[in-house]
Amino acid sequence: MENYIKLVVLGLITLIAAIGANWGRDVAYVVHAIIIMLVSGFLFVRTLRLTDEPVRAVATDGYMDDVVRAGVIATTFWGVVGFLVGVVIAFQLAFPSLNFEFLQPFGNFGRLRPLHTSAVIFAFGGNALIMSSFYIVQRTCGARLWGGNLSWFVFWGYNLFIVLAATGYLLGSTQSKEYAEPEWYVDIWLTIVWVAFLAVYLGTIFKRKEKHIYVANWFLLSFIITVAMLHIVNNLSVPVSIWGSKSVQLFAGVQDAMTQWWYGHNAVGFFLTAGFLGMMYYFVPKQAGRPVYSYKLSIIHFWALIFLYIWAGPHHLHYTALPDWASTLGMVFSIILWMPSWGGMINGLMTLQGAWDKLRTDPIIRMMVISLAFYGMSTFEGPMMSIRAVNSLSHYTDWTIGHVHSGALGWNGMITFSALYFLTPKLWGRAQMHSMSAINWHFWLATIGIILYAASMWVTGIMEGLMWREVDANGFLVNSFADTVSAKFPMYVVRGLGGVMYLTGALIMAWNIFMTAKGGARQKAFVGVPAE
Amino acid sequence: MDTYSFLRQLADSWVLLAMTLFFLGVIVWAFRPGSAKVHAETASIPFRNEVKPGSVEAPAEERPKTKELQS
Repeated sequence: MENYIKLVVLGLITLIAAIGANWGRDVAYVVHAIIIMLVSGFLFVRTLRLTDEPVRAVATDGYMDDVVRAGVIATTFWGVVGFLVGVVIAFQLAFPSLNFEFLQPFGNFGRLRPLHTSAVIFAFGGNALIMSSFYIVQRTCGARLWGGNLSWFVFWGYNLFIVLAATGYLLGSTQSKEYAEPEWYVDIWLTIVWVAFLAVYLGTIFKRKEKHIYVANWFLLSFIITVAMLHIVNNLSVPVSIWGSKSVQLFAGVQDAMTQWWYGHNAVGFFLTAGFLGMMYYFVPKQAGRPVYSYKLSIIHFWALIFLYIWAGPHHLHYTALPDWASTLGMVFSIILWMPSWGGMINGLMTLQGAWDKLRTDPIIRMMVISLAFYGMSTFEGPMMSIRAVNSLSHYTDWTIGHVHSGALGWNGMITFSALYFLTPKLWGRAQMHSMSAINWHFWLATIGIILYAASMWVTGIMEGLMWREVDANGFLVNSFADTVSAKFPMYVVRGLGGVMYLTGALIMAWNIFMTAKGGARQKAFVGVPAE
Repeated sequence: MDTYSFLRQLADSWVLLAMTLFFLGVIVWAFRPGSAKVHAETASIPFRNEVKPGSVEAPAEERPKTKELQS
């Protein structure tokens, strides 16, 4: 019976998508309608073939790890894609002729840039979060994922969202909100997928065998709920036509700007921080073989983060039409946030207390430590940059880009890599990763890459900020905008090289994960030599 | 009073007080007597149920103790 309902729904979706492919008012909409038509048509045929056939028995006593395995592959794939696009646009900034004429308008920096940001944040980071929350919630609840195949719907639905978003950017469909570029129908689809994600997650927590809810689940649950709220409020819009991708925002002017940065900063706070902290609170204790340093501190860390982050958004709008009290509020809360952030960092690092020797022998632990170190560094840098006086120098310069990347490459990237290295052998039943020395190579390439990136962006950002405000004795500006652009060239090249190193490290990881999944462990783990 | 002013005053007074008290309450609750034992038990959750629900990775006595219990 269930299959008949599915067939009706899938058939209707295929039909409507086919009409949309015919009537679509813009290229992006037509291409998306064709993608949706093909996907739902494929699912229709697949469901039809399974209908009224004997149902294959599925083992339901153990954990549901297939979807986590798929998540590992998707995270690795999108990571490489996202880093590659990042390297391309970094060199486009250094050498504008790389905006090739024959690729216009699709290969233009303006269209590739949101492709890069969404690919790394939502495709790489989002798949990492979904995959690890499915893994963590099962282990810490002692229960199989709730909802049967609903978790597969979440996985494929989320990746369909990414394909729609990415192709949309290239074809010029965007609502021009940073980190929330996808248009209305893609937003609606993500909402549906996200509600299913929440249902799977909560359902698993409800049927847990453990009495208490482990702290990682608190962070991951707050990430899921808050992202749902942010996504819905920031994407309130009315489509111009249901057969076209263009929509009009409900908010206008400064309200729209405030809503956008309330969303934007909390995307950092709850997607890139709370969610990844959930990963940290599980994977770091597991890899170190020790419980978290202080469980009390983790509780305070959680509530302080939840209470403070939500207010920090207005610091993106200093010296704008936003009232001063609002931007001062954002600034004050950003500075207070420094404390819980460092509390969390110390809690993660101190988990290694009594196991610091592993830093010499275990490259995965080393990645976790460098990731926490970058978390600490960027959560100090961020509050500092949110101070109005500092912001007047740093805003609109490449310092901001450097700050974002030390957080994203250092904290999010490194903790995800170490989670992948932790999960891959476990999920494919191997003793350890195929090559431990390749993890070491990855570690050093990524670390040096981030340092090149962040250092060059500090130099070029501060230089640019100082050049913009430089006035001569008569009060005239000394530099034109083009002067700053040409002065930044060497730093742009260094930044691009840092990106190449980071990408190389990710390619080594992809090879390592593939070899681990394919065959057994060939190399032995590093055996540490105790210090004399 | 228009909606904006009403909400603004409410946010500045009672809601602010309620949220501050809730936050302080959480901290006090975390340090309540007897919490150390509960926290040690909860902190050791990742070391159970590793392979399948109900499985134990290491025997309880070999499992490292948390800071709360050591002190």
